[in-house]
Amino acid sequence: MKSIAELEEIRKRTLQRINLRREDKESEVRVVVGMATCGIAAGARPVMMAFVDEIGRRHLSQVTVSQTGCIGMCRLEPMADVFLPGEEKVTYVNLDADKARRIVAEHVVNGRPVTEYTIGNAENNKQQA
Amino acid sequence: MRDISLHLMDLAQNSIAAGARLISVDLALDDNGVLTMRITDDGRGMTPEAAQRALGPFATTRTTRKVGLGLPLTQANARLTGGDLTIASAPNEGTTVTCTFYTRHIDCLPLGDLAQTIAALVAAHPDGPDIELSLTSPKGESAFGTAETRDILHPVPLDTPEVIAWITQSLREQTDVLFGGER
Repeated sequence: MKSIAELEEIRKRTLQRINLRREDKESEVRVVVGMATCGIAAGARPVMMAFVDEIGRRHLSQVTVSQTGCIGMCRLEPMADVFLPGEEKVTYVNLDADKARRIVAEHVVNGRPVTEYTIGNAENNKQQA
Repeated sequence: MRDISLHLMDLAQNSIAAGARLISVDLALDDNGVLTMRITDDGRGMTPEAAQRALGPFATTRTTRKVGLGLPLTQANARLTGGDLTIASAPNEGTTVTCTFYTRHIDCLPLGDLAQTIAALVAAHPDGPDIELSLTSPKGESAFGTAETRDILHPVPLDTPEVIAWITQSLREQTDVLFGGER
């Protein structure tokens, strides 16, 4: 059984970092995952946890992951929006956990959106098909 | 929905949308294999008539669309096993949703990854409603609460990655013991 002592250890270890994290709202990156019935049924929960895990693994203290409801494009779920400071939002569709990890590496860390997973790309391909 | 823990994830969103400060989740498996999942919140609640309507597919508080499928889908999956889903609610008092699943029925969904559901709810709402989870099975019982976790960690927030990992692992250990490690 995971113990309370472990939790206190985590507190000690992370206390320093959190002050840095709360200070700078300007440079905050936001990842917002769709978590309505449609999103959850399509697999949004593991996608969200992959974002959380990958962001934690890379110690990205300026990134927050949150959730939103259904935005009416249920067939494209799981979806997520990525907001980089000073840039237009990028909407990703048909996600899975691996795609989420790649988005963290390429877009959140390196600032290059993963074009092939974006909603624009998905809709263009549909028109050509 | 592929499993019961995803239905829980979905139903908890209703409590959050209702402005709940506390969401209590009780999962109890009895000796006969009947799983009762009860979600109680202190959100804004609804009239008994509205609660009945909520079980239909064309009831939603959203103004953008006219469908709301979370509750009717959960009810359908509970009924497939011989169980059911009922809602008790009163305006300004909160809502209790109770689902029963006969887990020995061939059509019963697996329990799923309960730990990830709770961890995802905490990660998405670190300052949001407190969650009290209580688990019971013939093998024993256990409990988890965000309020006491928050107190121990203060001022470290609940959505710190190490904390989310701790919650996930801790709950996985508990559910593995109580519910036989089914995911």
